[in-house]
Amino acid sequence: MADVAEATEQTRVSTIEKSHEIPDSWQPNVLAFACHYCAFAAADLAGVMRLSYPPNVKIIRLPCTGKLDHIHVLRAFERGIDGVFVAG
Amino acid sequence: MSMLSNSTKRGSVLIVGGGIGGMQAALDLADSGFKVHMVQRDPSIGGTMAMLDKTFPTGDCAMCMISPKMVEAGRHLNIDIHTLAEVTSVEGDAGDFKVRVKLAPRYVDADKCTGCGDCELKCPKKVLSEFDQKLGPRKAVYSLFPQAVPNTRAIDASQCLCLNDPDRKRCRLCEKACKAGAINYGDTGREIELNVGSIILSPGLDRYDARARQELGLGRWQNVVSSIQFERILSASGPYKGVVQRPSDQKHPKKVAWIQCVGSRDNHNANPWCSSVCCMYATKQSIIAKEHDKNIEPTIFYMEMRAFGKDFDKYVERAKNEYAVRYQRAMVSAVREEPGTGDLLLKYAAEDGGLITEKFDMVVLSIGFQPHCDAEQFAKTFGIETNQYLFAKTSPFTPVRTSREGVFVTGIYQGPKDIPETVMQGSGVAGSVMAMLAEVRGTETVKKELPPEKDVTGEDPRIGVFVCHCGTNISSTVNIDEVVSAVKDQPGVAYVTNTIYACAQDNQDMIKQTIKEQNLNRVVIASCTPRTHEKLFQETIREAGLNKYLFDLADIREQCSWCHKGQNEVATKKAIGIVKMSVAKSRLQEPLQSETVGVTPACLIIGGGIAGMTAALCLADQGFPVHVIEQDKELGGLVRQVYRTLEGLDVQEFLKDRIGAVNEHPKITVHRSVEVKKTDGFVGNFKTILTDGSIIEHGAIILATGGIEYQPTEYLYGESPNVITQRQLEKTLADGGAPKAGERYVMIQCVGSREEPNQYCSRICCQDAIRNAIAIKESNPAAEVVIVYRDIRTYGLREDYYKKARDLGVIFVRYDVDRKPRVEQAGPTVSVRTWDYMLNKELSLDADWLVLSTGLRPHPTTDHVGEMYKVTRNPDGYFLEAHVKLRPVDFPSEGLFVAGLGHAPKNIDETVAQALAASGRAGVILSHERLAVSGIIAKHKRELCMSCLSCLRVCPFGSPYIAEDGKVSHNEVKCMGCGICAGICPAKAFQVNNFRDDQILAMIDAAVESEPGVVN
Repeated sequence: MADVAEATEQTRVSTIEKSHEIPDSWQPNVLAFACHYCAFAAADLAGVMRLSYPPNVKIIRLPCTGKLDHIHVLRAFERGIDGVFVAG
Repeated sequence: MSMLSNSTKRGSVLIVGGGIGGMQAALDLADSGFKVHMVQRDPSIGGTMAMLDKTFPTGDCAMCMISPKMVEAGRHLNIDIHTLAEVTSVEGDAGDFKVRVKLAPRYVDADKCTGCGDCELKCPKKVLSEFDQKLGPRKAVYSLFPQAVPNTRAIDASQCLCLNDPDRKRCRLCEKACKAGAINYGDTGREIELNVGSIILSPGLDRYDARARQELGLGRWQNVVSSIQFERILSASGPYKGVVQRPSDQKHPKKVAWIQCVGSRDNHNANPWCSSVCCMYATKQSIIAKEHDKNIEPTIFYMEMRAFGKDFDKYVERAKNEYAVRYQRAMVSAVREEPGTGDLLLKYAAEDGGLITEKFDMVVLSIGFQPHCDAEQFAKTFGIETNQYLFAKTSPFTPVRTSREGVFVTGIYQGPKDIPETVMQGSGVAGSVMAMLAEVRGTETVKKELPPEKDVTGEDPRIGVFVCHCGTNISSTVNIDEVVSAVKDQPGVAYVTNTIYACAQDNQDMIKQTIKEQNLNRVVIASCTPRTHEKLFQETIREAGLNKYLFDLADIREQCSWCHKGQNEVATKKAIGIVKMSVAKSRLQEPLQSETVGVTPACLIIGGGIAGMTAALCLADQGFPVHVIEQDKELGGLVRQVYRTLEGLDVQEFLKDRIGAVNEHPKITVHRSVEVKKTDGFVGNFKTILTDGSIIEHGAIILATGGIEYQPTEYLYGESPNVITQRQLEKTLADGGAPKAGERYVMIQCVGSREEPNQYCSRICCQDAIRNAIAIKESNPAAEVVIVYRDIRTYGLREDYYKKARDLGVIFVRYDVDRKPRVEQAGPTVSVRTWDYMLNKELSLDADWLVLSTGLRPHPTTDHVGEMYKVTRNPDGYFLEAHVKLRPVDFPSEGLFVAGLGHAPKNIDETVAQALAASGRAGVILSHERLAVSGIIAKHKRELCMSCLSCLRVCPFGSPYIAEDGKVSHNEVKCMGCGICAGICPAKAFQVNNFRDDQILAMIDAAVESEPGVVN
């Protein structure tokens, strides 16, 4: 039984990707899903007020964050997005 | 598109004042066939609400609510907004007024200005901003606030360096900065003449100048601010960006005090009336301040807590229990600064009389409302009567009508009130005008003529991309040429160009021309936010023959150049990404047809009380058939038991008059002793079956189910012959019952109100008590009246009667809910024992009559009706409106409206205003032959659907339903396009037009493609 447990442990370890070294200059690539009525409006206001924030975030406008689907989030991570921000 | 009419009336309306009340009236009228001219003295519409941070009792952001309304009013084809304008004369009569309007020079040409703001950035002259209450700066060329409508800057002539130079040679920097050539130092303003059928006055308010109360220190001690200044301090777009800090040293205050009734309820050097909103806004400000900074310890110094509105008492309880707001019942006599610290010492009397001095870090003065400073001249110009305080004179039975026929009033010019009541009056005044000008509806409105739509089905995408410089707003940060060349080779892109101002008229023409020349079938504009500009560009491409949904706006200004200034390289890269995402979405866009449905122009009103009858008369006068369903055998409802208003008007006479008018009106059918059995259908197309079998087809429904009085079980009611209710006393007095000398009446307030499980104020009982007390005292001054109360809530101008009662010798004794009066039968009298907080001992009163001020309850049918129409009730059983601030008579389901006591306890004047509002809102729907359904809705594929009912449970609008075959179907007319159904549907049977999953996935892919993952 111990062998089986060990083997399972080894298999599990080998399928998990090793964590990468993070270069100093690394910036996460963030995708935001924002409700048209509130969070998207807030992002606009940030611009109007000339508030500065890092440029590595892009926004996808939704009619309501209730519209967000699992597949949107999964696709984003699958394609290499580092962080998903849902605001509404 | 004018319809022929023999009437001499004009189908247009003048609205003076562009605050929330004026805007509501403007939108309702313009949406229902009337041309609207709005005159506003400021450079932008918005009024007081635009200055507010959040609103009570829901904590919603004020700007988020008002901004879409401003944009809608600003873009409406049938609303002309005249800013920096004032009316100089009014001639003519109701139906046909001639009005002269003087427009002050703006010095910026609205036709050329694109609102980019380059002028403002370059302007060297800083001025204290009136909008930010002089806590922050603005420029001499300025926009009142960031979301201003119209989005045209104005030059403040008193401050501009050039305009103050006789040779006009100084500065001129804004002129140089403006690429659109919109600056015009030679502007002299102009005068226009308007012909309108009716006039609506909504000039709004002025605030009491608290510097008059020198002892409170405003203007003397820096850390004493007015409540409107504090509102700006809390605002994220305000002078401190939402950080709660002291003006003197930017220190974060810990102990903050609010002082209530500054400038209100004070006959000496202020206003005698109650401003109606300060108790609630102080509660709100203390909660929000605490949310901004949890270390803040708020204290509210007050005389009486007037939380009389819907859910207000619960809000105050929450402030006490969840936010630890301290409510201190005391009058502050003086505020002094502690030398050197900026801290403030407040001196006040405790209830037992002891003098206390307490230190605070900051003080907020809750200043009251008063009529605008021009009110006196205003009344003269419009030829209307005012009351002694210069508010427009109205009657409780006709609350939005002035003394001059055809001239109406809404908002604070009619008396102090909060936002929902202002909005209610706004719709109410619209309803009244619709009735007055019914026969000329549609005679002066314009409709745009459009070319036929080009069929693009089956064509490969030919996307045209226009990248906007926005003067230098985008191009100084984002390299436009790089964006253009990066997008050129994207699949589907047929043409890319750049433009200085995409929204300027000449460039709009260029875009239309290019669509034709390049045979484009989709357009992407990379410029600013879709929230303000999408509709404009959609109209542009529609004018070029393209379906308006073949358009996408890539926001590279608000969400890129403006927030990444100085980071040109990365900002350009981000802009490229944003545009590529838009192109990816655009590629998958399809033309969408907005469907229309016919409207049955008739209304069903459930309830034949004052609310139902008022709404019926207003809609019938608008020309629509109305069916009033009354469960009882006669009309009138609860008001049948009311005899006088607080002001002394005869309610029974009014009721008789209304019942007569309803019975005689040829358009009104009253169905007595029946109820609704069933209603099917949707907005514009309802079919109702009554219990007597009759069938009614109608386009709108008003629920005016009313309320009942609480039947008390406490204080010996029903056991002792000496114990009666206010209503019974009122009847006795009305029937000529005369109080005897020496007879003692003791009244107990809040019976059945403001206590669990009925934690709400019934709003009418304080006035009932005071009205009856005054009647007793006027009939026989030797009779004695004692009112045992918790807070006397004679809000607004009703405060006069509280004072009158005191002057007549009515005695007021306060009690606390945990120390309620005790009542015992004592021979021929009733003994009432209650704690007197002034004397600090128990009082014992022998009452000949113990009068209970009983609260209100929703009518027992409310629940049943609510279930039938799938409209929710609040925990107290009252109907819950679509939005407590801006949609006070609507339900989330289109075509359903509410009025009267079924919504919340209210007075007769408020019931009338709300009923008029419901008929104004219903009139908007019924005036359309057909209703357009938005293109952005969820589409349901029945072949994929498993009828799991997930959508049915989550849809806030009730658009999915179970069809006759037992499977889910979708009513697109009810759909608002939020897509919650699409998010939850496990079978992906729902897709939202233009936000389809394939489009969103394409955008995600494009977002990554433009920025490949770094980690490998």
